[in-house]
Amino acid sequence: MNAVSCPCPERELLLHGLADGELDAENALALEDHLRSCKGCAAAYSEILRQKEALRSDSLRFRAPASLRRRISAAMAAENETGTGTVEMRAHRPASDGKSKFHRFNIGYAGTAFSAVALAASLILFVGSWNRTPSLDSQLVAAHVRSLLVSHLTDVASSDQHTVKPWFLGKLDFAPPVIDLAQSGFPLVGGRLDYLGGRVVPALVYQRHGHVINLFVWPEGQMTAAPETLDGYHVVGWTQGGFTYAAVSDLNLPELLEFRHALQTTLA
Amino acid sequence: MAARLAKEPNPDARAAPRGDQAAAFEAAVLLHLNAAYTLARYLTGRGDAAEDIVQDALLRAYRGFDSEHVGNVRAWLLAIVRNCFLTWKARDRRGAEDRNFDGDPKPFGEDHEEKEQETPESILIQHEQNSAIRAAIEGLPHLFREVLVLRDIEDMSYREIAAITGVPIGTVMSRLARARKMFAAAWREPETNNSKETQR
Repeated sequence: MNAVSCPCPERELLLHGLADGELDAENALALEDHLRSCKGCAAAYSEILRQKEALRSDSLRFRAPASLRRRISAAMAAENETGTGTVEMRAHRPASDGKSKFHRFNIGYAGTAFSAVALAASLILFVGSWNRTPSLDSQLVAAHVRSLLVSHLTDVASSDQHTVKPWFLGKLDFAPPVIDLAQSGFPLVGGRLDYLGGRVVPALVYQRHGHVINLFVWPEGQMTAAPETLDGYHVVGWTQGGFTYAAVSDLNLPELLEFRHALQTTLA
Repeated sequence: MAARLAKEPNPDARAAPRGDQAAAFEAAVLLHLNAAYTLARYLTGRGDAAEDIVQDALLRAYRGFDSEHVGNVRAWLLAIVRNCFLTWKARDRRGAEDRNFDGDPKPFGEDHEEKEQETPESILIQHEQNSAIRAAIEGLPHLFREVLVLRDIEDMSYREIAAITGVPIGTVMSRLARARKMFAAAWREPETNNSKETQR
């Protein structure tokens, strides 16, 4: 209401993200830098921090009354015995079939939503972080899994690199190297546009004994050579000739490293 | 990972022996009972309703609990509490009116009996400030109140809040920013006669 502080409109949400520790290092540093020169943003930011501090007080959190704990234990015990709704619960709220369906949906929904939203979330919050971070690795794995889940493995299905490469032209602001590795045992099966860290990146799809390899390519950043394993998927990256590459697959690690070596040799 | 995405609680699993499951549940879920109750208190503004909602939520959680497939127990439980609250709100006429807290004769008292016994002035002042903060939070419309409570009271991350409330993370961010502005306006009102404003 009587706010003296007017932050830059485009940075307002980022200020909250910074205060909540939700920005990646790069964005956080840039914003902290900006705070030193912009009075409006600095004032808004310190107001956010002041509020968060006030809300940190333990006495704003409630302790569940002992009577509630007893009620829950009793309801759980009754649940164990009857295997269905409890006497005490019925007294409070009669359970109908429709309702129990509803709660099952809720619970299942919560679990599914976590995974799905976690994927989406990492895409938005770590925009611009193109150097290797745990979040980048998990984004790569997420993109790989997504490509298998939604039957969207390829936008252009072709083992011909001369078909795949032109397909990317006009869809990207850079031309990724497209190489078929059939001779090394990794046939190219197509290409796809994917979305990583807030930008569109090409994914080249290779195959090996029925395993899918997604190769993501982008023209900046660094990728350390050490392989990473997440949820059973391997991520192998490298930087070469101005491009950063990341190969993701459930293929065993030695063969994925072989894939990298074959590609590195061909590109060199 | 694909298997985990698809997994839902098996409705027929109830007949299975639940000894281990009960112990696992106590260790993993009941741990977050205070968090569940706090959320329910802020959502409803009422102690009695919060107790009913939390009991309902814990029982639903118990039926659906599968330690292998619930990764983030706290967020999962809070999502169930929120769903139970929405069910309660739809059913309860009084709940439909967001700002009606008149039904609660002692809005914040009963959980703080220990503190109320001894009230040196400093504690008293702290108490008043917290009451003002609570009133400011509870005065917010539901969508903004829940995002503020989940973030700053329950310490949930943006992506956890997005999962709990079922909205995109961008929506969480913009709601949170608005919630904080609204909260600031409501909270500052009783403060205008002290010096906080002149500090800037």
